[in-house]
Amino acid sequence: MSLLEKIKPKFWDAEESEGLSDFRQLWYLTVLLTLEVTLAPLIFMTLADYNVTQKSVESEILLRTSRLVSNTRRSVSFFLDERRSALNFVVYDTPFSELNDPLGLASILENLKKSFGGFADIGVIDAQGRQKNYAGPYRLEGIDYSGQEWFREMVEHGNYISDVFMGFRQVPHLVIAVRCSLPDSCFYVLRAAVDTERFNDLLSQLEVSGQGDAFIINHEGILQTPSRYHGKVLEKISLSVPKFSEKTEVFEGRGAGAEDVIIGYAYIADSPFILMIVKKKNELMKSWQTTRMKIAGFLAVSITVILFVTLGVATYLINKIYVLEQNRASIMHGMEYSNKMASLGRLAAGVAHEINNPLAIINEKAGLVKDMFTFRKEYAKDEKLIGIVDVIVSSVERCAVIARRLLNFARHIDVNVQSLSLKEVIHEVLGFLGKEAEYRSISVSVSVPDDMPQIESDRGKLQEIFLNLINNAFAAMKDEGKLDISAKQENRDSVSVTFTDNGCGISEQNLSRIFEPFFSTKTKVGGTGLGLSITYGLVKKMGGDIRVKSEPGKGASFTVTLPIKADQKEKGEDIHASLIGG
Amino acid sequence: MSEKVLLVDDEHDFVETLAERMRARGMEVSATTSPIEALKKTETENYDAIILDLMMPEMDGLEALRILKEKNPDLQVILLTGQATVEKGVEAMKLGATDLMEKPADLKALTEKIRKARARKMIIVEKKTEERIKTIIGGKGW
Repeated sequence: MSLLEKIKPKFWDAEESEGLSDFRQLWYLTVLLTLEVTLAPLIFMTLADYNVTQKSVESEILLRTSRLVSNTRRSVSFFLDERRSALNFVVYDTPFSELNDPLGLASILENLKKSFGGFADIGVIDAQGRQKNYAGPYRLEGIDYSGQEWFREMVEHGNYISDVFMGFRQVPHLVIAVRCSLPDSCFYVLRAAVDTERFNDLLSQLEVSGQGDAFIINHEGILQTPSRYHGKVLEKISLSVPKFSEKTEVFEGRGAGAEDVIIGYAYIADSPFILMIVKKKNELMKSWQTTRMKIAGFLAVSITVILFVTLGVATYLINKIYVLEQNRASIMHGMEYSNKMASLGRLAAGVAHEINNPLAIINEKAGLVKDMFTFRKEYAKDEKLIGIVDVIVSSVERCAVIARRLLNFARHIDVNVQSLSLKEVIHEVLGFLGKEAEYRSISVSVSVPDDMPQIESDRGKLQEIFLNLINNAFAAMKDEGKLDISAKQENRDSVSVTFTDNGCGISEQNLSRIFEPFFSTKTKVGGTGLGLSITYGLVKKMGGDIRVKSEPGKGASFTVTLPIKADQKEKGEDIHASLIGG
Repeated sequence: MSEKVLLVDDEHDFVETLAERMRARGMEVSATTSPIEALKKTETENYDAIILDLMMPEMDGLEALRILKEKNPDLQVILLTGQATVEKGVEAMKLGATDLMEKPADLKALTEKIRKARARKMIIVEKKTEERIKTIIGGKGW
């Protein structure tokens, strides 16, 4: 048997019948409705929570990135501004003659190195783009910059910050140049190379979450500082250059490895630089994933619990209703049946009673005819006539037997339970048979204990049982026999009455058959073979039992056990069994 | 001496035929279909046995039995009925019926019961006579 078969409730395969609900449909309805009203809000709330949480986590990430970019931009701008301002200070504070003096310029470089750090060399260029003076590790005096792009831009804007480039020492540098206007609309330029190590330190010390990467690129997308994941200095990054914005921007994009990344960037003013911070979204969303798992887990557990409880409760309740309805139906059915049987019984009793009177008349008339023939000599020898009358008489007898069975049947249907005393019933029955006992000098002794409880039973049936048993005992005994009737309480629920005679007894082979209908050892002397089978049927009907012990020649002992409380489950019995048995 | 019997049954055909057959067997039988008439008859006649039906339109057999026994407890009443049940039998016995037979009855068996009833009555009458004699003798101061 499969598991499904085992847990399948009783109502599942119940056939739909009149007056009984369709339980399977009811079950579906209950389960679906319950699940709908419990699961729908749950799932809705969970999804809403999921979305809200996801959104807030994402915006939190964006916000944090944006803040980091802003702060870093400020640091970078500050770094550049600081150095530009230093050069501006030098160019306006120092007399031109001192700038043109190599020793003076070297001392300025030394001071700058001490105060700010990062300065590698410094040079003075005149308005024609010629390097007039230089202090630093190389011999760069006399170089002409006039043709270079930066110089032209410098002239235009007044100051200039270059892209990062590899200097002669193969160290990344950038150049800061400031212009000093002279009264005669002439000018000169102070140009300093700054190594970007400080710059790099600044960025590499940033703690960027989510396996993040902070670096600077120029407007062409060339890396100005080393990057952890996007290449070395002066290499082009794989990401596209974000479009210009004055503010800090954060957006979601696709990284080099096609993974989702959060990109924060800011254009650094008055410089060719763009600060970029790139974070891996997956890493950042790790905490969210845990939360997500929790939400999913909660949802799964809730759904499972709701499912089990709903199924369990619905199945249990509907099964309960099914069983109740079944009981109700069977009670109704039983009532209908016993009503039917009762009316059938009344009908049978009526027919039997009514038929007995005309039968008696036929019997007497036939008897009279027979008398007339017997008493008159001319007919006395007419055997044919006598035979005809005998057939009439025996047919009447047969009808009488049928009527008696009908009556018995009717009597067996009506059960009229009342509380009664065994002693009283025994004496009533003995009163009935007392005269026969008297004539035949049979001594009957009755012993019923005084503390015998009253029993719930049908008086008529009990009388019939006792009558049959006493009759049987009388039939088995010769005159001057002895019958003992004793009653006792067997246990809390039952009592027993024993009828012991000292009659002819029952042989062992007959002992097992005596309760069978139509079994009789006295068929030749008028026994119908029905008495004990009726008795047996009655005792069983009353929820009792009957046992017999006997030894041939020494008598027999019948013991009837009866319940003290009547069994309420008295059923209408099979009409055929009743008619045949009774 | 023949038995003197009173037959009471509302079925005319039945009582008459039964009476005729009983008479043929040497019994002195009066028959009536009315229990009220039967009650009257018992006031003037002395019957050895009264055969009484249980269900009669004029009066219920058990009721008739009760009145009969009230008037004369020595009366021997045999109930002959088509509606015999053990309960009715027990009730009848309580009221003092001598015997009960089911219709249709075998005449031989009925005759036997009448004879037994008569014997019982004789015994009772004898006993009573004896007692009366004793009382009388006692009263005379013997």
